[in-house]
Amino acid sequence: MGHHDDPCAHCEEMMQPYLDHILSEEEKREAEMHLDECEWCRRRYRFEESLRVYVRQAVSEPMPAELKLKLAALRIPLD
Amino acid sequence: MAEAPSDATRIATDARDRVRFEEEALALSDQIYRVARHLAGSREDADELVQETYARAFRSWRSYQPGTNLRAWMLRILTNLNIDRGRRAQRTPPMQGLEANDYFLYDKLSESDGGLSDEERVVERLSQDDIVSALSSVPHDFRDVIVLVDIGDFSYQDAAQILDIPIGTVMSRLHRGRRILKRELAESVLEEE
Repeated sequence: MGHHDDPCAHCEEMMQPYLDHILSEEEKREAEMHLDECEWCRRRYRFEESLRVYVRQAVSEPMPAELKLKLAALRIPLD
Repeated sequence: MAEAPSDATRIATDARDRVRFEEEALALSDQIYRVARHLAGSREDADELVQETYARAFRSWRSYQPGTNLRAWMLRILTNLNIDRGRRAQRTPPMQGLEANDYFLYDKLSESDGGLSDEERVVERLSQDDIVSALSSVPHDFRDVIVLVDIGDFSYQDAAQILDIPIGTVMSRLHRGRRILKRELAESVLEEE
């Protein structure tokens, strides 16, 4: 890994791939080492994690029951 | 040598396969609807889109290969229909500076208490309406991947297949799309202040 002038900026770049579990083992270790010692970044990672869960819950709308019936009615009848 | 199946046996097997296909497809309807709801502009559009998708799927069930990912196959039909229906007219606007930073939203939300509260509490300052409307303001190309991966739980690979774009494009749109979403959320918070 090369030198990074600003470890927090580098940590920010790694946040999305980290939470998506697509970092290499080495990058993951690097991110975690920084997170262990940096509360500023740790808070922002935690926020992103909560935000993803929150967004998913907020936009999940149950399917209308009548639509379900309409779909079942689209089935092709047996001869 | 086994005898060739009679016509009657063939027809019966065919009917059984079709019924099984229809049942498996219907069992996915909640998940399909969840994606449609956010790809289409309104609830009514989502309703129609899902019905068209099922009508087409039921008609062309023979082109589905059993054992492959049925959810992805259905979503592929849905996204193609969505394109056909001309819901792609919206162009990607030029990017603004606010999108550049992944932490922008957190900084905005936590600023009022000097960053003292717990991250989950900070998230809860956003209302459900804020989130729904922010997501609908994200341009289509970006919203599609967010809806599939972050809301629909599809893998990058599936999303690439469904949208017919390279996996690298899924990743870059996802990355950028999440930032756009956060920018929209930050703007909605700023408007309320």
